[in-house]
This record gives sequence, structure tokens and C-alpha cells, in this order.
Amino acid sequence: MKDNNWKAWLYLLPALAFLGLFMVYPLVDVLVYSFEEGYNSASQTYFGTGLYNYSYVLHDPYFLQALKNTFILVIITVPLSTGLALLISLALNAIKPLKQLFQTIYFLPYVTNTLAVGLVFMILFKPTPYSDGLVNALIHVFGGNTVDFIDGPYWAKMFVLCFYTVWIVLPFKILILTSSLASVNEDYYKAARVDATPKWRIFTRITLPMIAPMIFYLVITGFIGAFKAYADAVALFGTDLNAAGMNTIVGYVYDMLYGDSGGYPSYAAAAALILFAIVLTITVINLMIRRKLTR
Amino acid sequence: MKIVLRNLTKRFPNRNKKEGGFVTAVNNFDFEIPDGKLVGLLGPSGCGKSTALNLISGLEKPTEGKIFFGEDDVTGLPPEKRGVGLVFQNYALYPHLTVRQNILFPLQNLRGTERPSKEKMEELALEAARMVQIEAYMERRPSELSGGQQQRVAIARALVKRPRVLLLDEPLSNLDARLRLQTREEIRRIQRETGITTIFVTHDQEEAMSICDLIVVMKDGMEQQIGAPQEVYDRPVNLFVAKFLGTPAVSVFEGEVREEKLYIGGNIPVLDVPGVADRPVTAAIRPEGFVPDTVGTLFCVLNRIEIMGRDTSVIATNSHCLNELNTLRAIVDTEEIDEGRMPGSNIISFRLKPNKTHLFDPVTEERIPFGAVPAAAKKTAVPAAAKKTTAPHLPDPVTEERIPFGKELSEKKKSVKHHEG
Ligand SMILES: Nc1ncnc2c1ncn2[C@@H]1O[C@H](COP(=O)(O)OP(=O)(O)OP(=O)(O)O)[C@@H](O)[C@H]1O
Ligand SMILES: [Mg+2]
Repeated sequence: MKDNNWKAWLYLLPALAFLGLFMVYPLVDVLVYSFEEGYNSASQTYFGTGLYNYSYVLHDPYFLQALKNTFILVIITVPLSTGLALLISLALNAIKPLKQLFQTIYFLPYVTNTLAVGLVFMILFKPTPYSDGLVNALIHVFGGNTVDFIDGPYWAKMFVLCFYTVWIVLPFKILILTSSLASVNEDYYKAARVDATPKWRIFTRITLPMIAPMIFYLVITGFIGAFKAYADAVALFGTDLNAAGMNTIVGYVYDMLYGDSGGYPSYAAAAALILFAIVLTITVINLMIRRKLTR
Repeated sequence: MKIVLRNLTKRFPNRNKKEGGFVTAVNNFDFEIPDGKLVGLLGPSGCGKSTALNLISGLEKPTEGKIFFGEDDVTGLPPEKRGVGLVFQNYALYPHLTVRQNILFPLQNLRGTERPSKEKMEELALEAARMVQIEAYMERRPSELSGGQQQRVAIARALVKRPRVLLLDEPLSNLDARLRLQTREEIRRIQRETGITTIFVTHDQEEAMSICDLIVVMKDGMEQQIGAPQEVYDRPVNLFVAKFLGTPAVSVFEGEVREEKLYIGGNIPVLDVPGVADRPVTAAIRPEGFVPDTVGTLFCVLNRIEIMGRDTSVIATNSHCLNELNTLRAIVDTEEIDEGRMPGSNIISFRLKPNKTHLFDPVTEERIPFGAVPAAAKKTAVPAAAKKTTAPHLPDPVTEERIPFGKELSEKKKSVKHHEG
């Protein structure tokens, strides 16, 4: 065994080299940047080292806005999309005829072009010279006033962003959950039926524990994905997210690098590392809860 | 609780659309299972045993026919209202619950006045666990138990609600040979203690024969024969049942009856079969039905002799034996083998025991009865094991090593001396 070890390392070398070059080195670099104060990318110089970048970012109102937006997005969309996906999967699992057809329909958004999805959202929410969008038309039917979902009040914009995010992540979650529901051995349900188990109890005591690992997987990846949200916001509100008040943390990082107010890699690095710390914390908490529940 | 099946039929639509039609998994079951008995449902794979069990439990709805528990017609009742306990082939224990929680599960489903108090539930669960001797493992998860222990938990879970009927679907098929033996005795004991009418599905005929009060032999969805194991073994109604019961299986010959005598090839009769008209027949002979004997008239070529523990098998060839190699298998007393051997040749001659020889119609494969009153035949049939006079073993009570005695001892001495000399 020992003699063969160097061979194993040799086989791993290409992968390790690429990972080192494109993952580890940039990560270390970001860490270094975040402590270098007043770094100038043109002259590659800096004044000193310390926590100033972090302090700046944490006091920047744009960052705080982005932080708030991201948190709201995460807290609303992750439970909502997971819960919705679970409900839809349970329904899909319960029907017999046309099951395949419905599964395909629910999975379609996943393979649909982002631009097409964007178009759908325009039809739904965007006011044009001819109409105020489908949702507003509905609101009118119920006697409400027009709401501008794209340039209007904060809650309306947040609503659209959350709606969009849930819509985008739903198909994948449904796919995962329907397949994990289908993989639960039929005999458990038969045993439960023979024992006169009420429907609700079958769900909480058998189905949920059986698919719990998948739900945890979806929640963790959901958290990570939602914290990294950026493209969706751009698709809905354009590139100047700070002006729209709809920026996210990743959006802030991007702006600090390349945006109109950009050119501050140190601030970007600090913001990115704050995001990293948040995601890490949440993931660890998730895993701890999971361990506690499944022992 | 007596179980009565009346014209019970279950057809599944055929998956293969091209073939069309139906698969008839259970075909016109019409028999009664008496109260308090352990009944074995026996048949080859795919013959509809599980389907029959699912019909009785209510998990499947019959296409036709009725099911009664005692006097109650339960045909339309859903499984939860039938009061059955079901043990699955893979036990279906909830993996995330402990043994205690698994056993408590059916009790916690009860509602209203039926629901016992918390203490009462614990008590009932413990009682069920004691019954199957798993009370020491109450806090474990199913994955931390052996197969046999899991199986017992599954039985405890099925018993805890005091079902009217206990159904077991191949509960032993996941266990190793030794554990199977042990566990089937447990099932027998538990059934005796509770007196619950129990149906036990298996494709292992030996399992069914050894513990059941009654066995039901099935083939292709149809009930072939129902009766006490020994009775079915001694008087199979058709060739399938004769072949299916007994290990090793019967040897089947093509033969002919002339003047109330059975001929298997040649012109010398091998057995008197009083009361059978002249006709071609299929003869099925149990391995213990062959007796090596110089006056025997079934001549075969001796292939080899196998000695396995208490059994001595003779493998021989006869051109009228209906299998690919024309070989038959006989189980004989070791001392008797030489009696049937022709000196200086490999021909062995057998005499046939009439109560171990069964005649069937070659076309319909139905039984053709003959001769002696079966009751009388039964009396003379002494179980082979009881007749054996092999030396008992005497293990030392502490070391459990073998202590040789008698002939063995003198042999040993001889060999020791030999070494010294
Ligand atoms: N849901 C179903 N749909 C269609 N055909 C079925 C269904 N369930 C069983 N069958 C068919 O009915 C027949 C009997 O099946 P069953 O499961 O009762 O056999 P079994 O005797 O229990 O076999 P085994 O010993 O292998 O468990 C088989 O031919 C099977 O293919
Ligand atoms: Mg089966």
C-alpha cells in the first residue's frame, strides 16, 4: 500500500494543480486583500494592514441594505420554496394518472431559458404603455390600485424578487423530493395502513423522517444559493441595484470590483469574506440540527 | 377467528399491453381456515401467495369473491378495520424509531375509547416484547439488531394490538439456515401461546411441513390441496403436489399398469397396485420408498453413494425415469445397500414401498388411488429417524469435547499402538 501512495498522488496531481491554481490561490488572495488597507490595483500598493476594510464595509449603508435584502430573501424563499416543493411533490406522488405529464410540466422551468422566464415575469409584473401586467390586472379585478412592482415600493420589489427566486428553485426541489418520496419502500405505508395510522401521522412519523436527509440537503443548498443571489435581481431590476435599493451581498461585491463605484478590491474581498462567514455559520447550524434530529 | 374464502379471485391487468388480458394471481380460492390454527401457504415463486395474503389483509381488493372472518363479511372493509397483524418479508420496521417506538406505533394510532393510557401502552408493548424475547433491546434501532431479532420485533409489532388474524409473508427468507430453524419454532410457540389464527407464507416446503397445522399448496394462483402436512405428503392429489413436497423430491417414472401390477419398463412387475385398471401411468416415488433388495424388481445402474450426516443417498440411473439424466435418488439404510447389489456388477435392485409410491394420470396428472387402506399403511410407516441405531454422541459437560467410547475407543487404541510400534 505505502509503496503505491506516490502513484495515487501522481494521478491526483492534475486535479490538485487546477484546484490550487483556480480555487485555493484566489481564496488565499481574497483573504490577503481583505486585510490590506487602501490597496490600489493600478500601482499594486497599499498603506498598511488591519481590519479597516471590514469596518468600512460594515458601516457602508449600501452594504447594510444588501445584507438586509439578502437576509429577507433567504428567510422567505428557503422555507417557502422547500415547503411548496414538498406539497407539490406529495400531490404528484399521490396521483396515478398523468403523473409523468405533471412531473414534466413542473420540471419545465428548470430547463427553460432564463430570458424566457424573464419574459414571463415581464408579462406578469411589468407595466407597459398598453397594460400594467397580468398581476395588476388581477388586482384591478379585486378592486385594488395599481402597484408598480419594478420601480415601486420596497415591499413590492421584494415580493417580485422572492417570487422569482422561489419560481426558479422550485423545479429542482420538486424533482429531488418526488424521487425521494418514490424511493420510500411501499411496505412502510402498507404496514401503517394495516395498523390504522391516520394520514397526518403517516406523514409526520413515516414520510418526513424517511425523506429528512433530502430535505436537509435542499435547505442547506437553498441557503447557500439564496445567499449567493445576484443574477435574479439584475434580471428584474437592472444593473444599478444600489439605486433600486435591491442589491444583494454578491451584487455589492461585484459593484465594489467592477461597478460604477468600483475599483475597491479590498472592500469587495472583505464583503465576500463576511458572506463566507455567514454561509459557513448557517451551514454548520444546519448540520448540527440535522445531527441532533437524526442521531 | 375462522377465515372463510369464497370464490376469491384477483386479476391484475397485464402490464405488457401487447399481450393484453389479465394476470390471474389468485384463482377461485374456496376454502376455510379453522380457528386458532397455524396455516402454511405454500407454492413456488410467483404463484400468488403474497397476493392471497394481501387480499386477506385488505391491502388488495378482490376482483371476485368474498372473505369472512368468523361470521363477519370483511370483503369491503379497509385493512385498518379488519384487525389483522401483518409481518412483511423485509419486516418493514421503521428505521428511525427504536424497538419500543416501533412496537408502540400501532397502539398510538388508536383513537377515542379504544386508546389505552400511556402506562397501559408501555405495559402492552413490554408484554409483546417479552413474548418474542426482545425486551432487552427496547431502546435499540432496527439497524442495530440481527435479522432474527428484527423479525421478532416485527412480530411483536403485529401482535401488540391483539389482532384477530396474524399474517406472515415469508418472514424467514432473510435469515440464515440455523436462525430459520430456531425462528420457525418461535413462531410455532408464539402462535400456540396466543392462539391467534395465523397464516404463514413460504416457498420452503420443509418450513411449512415442520410447523404448520395445515398447509395449502398453490400453483399458478390455484389452490391444489389443503390438509395436514403429513396427509398432503402421504396422499398428494396431483403430480405437482407430489413433486413440490419433500426433499429430496420424488423420482418420477413413466410406467404402465397391467392386471393390477405396475410395470416400469421391462416385463417384470415392480409393485402390486390392486384396484387400478390397465392403463399408462406416471409413478412418483419418494426417496425413502426405494428399498435395496435382492428380490426387488426395479433394476437401476448405481452411479454413486452420498453420505450426508444421517442420510445415505443412492444415485442411480433408470431409462424410464423422467428427468434429463434419467437419475433417481433413494435414501436408504447404509446397511441395506449391499443387499440390493448384484455381486460383481453395478446393477442395484429396489423393492418399492406401496405407501411411498404414488400413481398419477400421465395427462391430467391427477392422483390414481390404489390398494391398501391408507390408515393401515400409515401405521406400518415408522419414521426413518426413529429406526436409526447410530451411536449417540457423548460430549464432555465442561469442555464439550468429544469423549470416544466402545468400538471407537478400541479403534483409537489400535491406531495409537500402531504409531508406537
Ligand atoms: N400489482 C401487480 N400488478 C400486476 N401483476 C401483479 C401485481 N402483483 C402481483 N402480480 C402478479 O401476480 C402473480 C402473483 O404474485 P405474488 O406476488 O402474489 O407471488 P408470490 O407467490 O408471493 O411470489 P414470491 O414467492 O416470489 O413472493 C405474479 O405473476 C405477479 O407477476
Ligand atoms: Mg411474495
